[in-house]
Amino acid sequence: MLGKSARSDWLLLIIFSIVVLTAPITLAPIGAGYPDLLQKFAIFGIFAIGFNILFGLTGYLSFGHAAFLGVGSYASVWVFKLFTMNVIPAVLFSLIVAGVFALVIGYVSLRRSGIYFSIITLAFAQMSYNLAYSVLTPLTNGETGLQVRHLAPVDRGPDYVLKLVNEDLRWVDQALGIVEDGIPITNLFGMKMSGYPGFYFSAVLLIIAFFIALRISRSNFGMMLRAIKSNQNRLNYTGINTRPYLLAAFVISGMYAGLAGSLMAVTDPLAGAERMQWTASGEIVLMTILGGAGTMLGPFLGAALIKYFENIFSSINENILQTTFSFLPEPLQELFVTVTSLFVGPGWPLTMGLLFMLIVIFLPGGLMQGFSKIGGLFRREKKPQSQSEKPQAQDGGP
Amino acid sequence: MAILEVKDVNKNFGGLRALHSLNLDVEEGSVHAIIGPNGAGKSTLLNCFVGRLTPDSGTVMFNGKSLLGLKPHQINQAGVARVFQTPEIFDDLSLLDNVVIPALAKADGAFKLNLWQAVRNRSEVRDEAESILEDVGLADQKSTICSSLSRGDKRRLEMAMCLIQHPKLLLLDEPTAGMSRYDTNNTIDLLKKIGERGITKIIIEHDMNVVFSLATTISVLARGTIIASGNPADIKNDSRVKEAYLGSAEI
Repeated sequence: MLGKSARSDWLLLIIFSIVVLTAPITLAPIGAGYPDLLQKFAIFGIFAIGFNILFGLTGYLSFGHAAFLGVGSYASVWVFKLFTMNVIPAVLFSLIVAGVFALVIGYVSLRRSGIYFSIITLAFAQMSYNLAYSVLTPLTNGETGLQVRHLAPVDRGPDYVLKLVNEDLRWVDQALGIVEDGIPITNLFGMKMSGYPGFYFSAVLLIIAFFIALRISRSNFGMMLRAIKSNQNRLNYTGINTRPYLLAAFVISGMYAGLAGSLMAVTDPLAGAERMQWTASGEIVLMTILGGAGTMLGPFLGAALIKYFENIFSSINENILQTTFSFLPEPLQELFVTVTSLFVGPGWPLTMGLLFMLIVIFLPGGLMQGFSKIGGLFRREKKPQSQSEKPQAQDGGP
Repeated sequence: MAILEVKDVNKNFGGLRALHSLNLDVEEGSVHAIIGPNGAGKSTLLNCFVGRLTPDSGTVMFNGKSLLGLKPHQINQAGVARVFQTPEIFDDLSLLDNVVIPALAKADGAFKLNLWQAVRNRSEVRDEAESILEDVGLADQKSTICSSLSRGDKRRLEMAMCLIQHPKLLLLDEPTAGMSRYDTNNTIDLLKKIGERGITKIIIEHDMNVVFSLATTISVLARGTIIASGNPADIKNDSRVKEAYLGSAEI
């Protein structure tokens, strides 16, 4: 990690920013150049980058991070309902709420490590999911999900609390005299957060989130997190109290998840309990491992890849396959269509599963390990003498 | 002046009396070897110093402060560093990172939330880390990942990790266990070299060659208590020591 120079970090950040900001153009040829999907890349990218601060650096595998995502979403929708459709207060409030929630859950679950830690976080997340689904209905609106509605009539009378579920208050917007026509849309000081402006808002936050993660990874704090992953016992005997470091990492990654949840609510001001389910927590683990846990770019790539497959492969149907294989003779065409149709459309998780297995078996370090292997091949061809026999420090990425 | 005072320490594991009424004074600046047959309680005693075990009764005073009930990181912050029987290092990190971490622990304390400052900008820590690697002869491998080091080199690195903290007391638990003769001699040389820094050392060791070439004081531990203490020449001729190691002369 000490080997990484400040210049290479800035270069990484600049390249990352350019790639993210030009994504609408560069990803158009593969069919991903539309704001809805791009925004998903950015949101799950933030989620994965944050998850990597905990899992990638300390090795503590949380199986309940979707709980923070869900909490972030609910917090944002409540700000939309009660105060304003402006996204800034909602994002800030979600960060705080998710941070506090992570502090509580982290304090309890970090008493254990390894598989026990994973199970405790999983239990917490499932508990949150079930609470949101049933007991906490006044806060979460249960199965239907929490959503924004029209403003309440001005003279709502003394029993307005009962009406809260059906009609919103938006005190700040009302006080500012902002007129609403139909279901309100989130905005950034008047700029509507749908389509490309929505994507760019998430993209800027993604770049900031990436920058912060990069700084953390290179800092004293990041160094201690890596040391925890490597040998926690030695670190204790080296005079470091590891618990507060772990808790801080847990809270930071919980806040990243809260930010991602908030951005989901910004895209579509609706929060449902299914966002907290264990499958959602599992997905973020897959994304991080697929891309390469512990690397800077890997988690983001893993998130983008999974969301791409989910959206593009699931939309391919038999007609598209027929046209793709139309150059083949009829019987072969039928055969190809029958076989490949298993892997697309509703069968996309099959493709995803196969890809995931292949990567975990052949590239345990994820996509980033694959890239560095390819990079290594080129370097060896150029200057074979400079290759040292012993592995050199490569931790931390890019 | 005694830097470490152990008084009347008892420790039982179920019915086994691992340590009983154990008294030990370690003089400041000395190299104090603790020897004894297998199962005498050497490792138990060491674990009582570092907070891994708490004695059932008795006191352990270090520099006038009690070590009992303190956590391992607090004991380290008080100035006690430890070398393990099998080298405990950060295997997935580079050699330089391995020595920078204890240096940061010394400079910043047990916990400091420093999210923003890059480690590479802590030049004072980095310079010290590089010079300590130079001292133990590992400077040319500083960016190597530690898992590929030989056992002897891992031991050197672990010593460097302890030395960079300028401890008042260094505990060495069988520092040459499982080493080749070559690595053992290297370790003796290294320990002699760092002896010049005036760090008090406690060595637990089986290899008498190591003990007699380093120690200024030797205590013999048998069946959970110290049976003899003194300078190496006296210990060599002590009949009780011979008996503890070899059994009594009558057959």
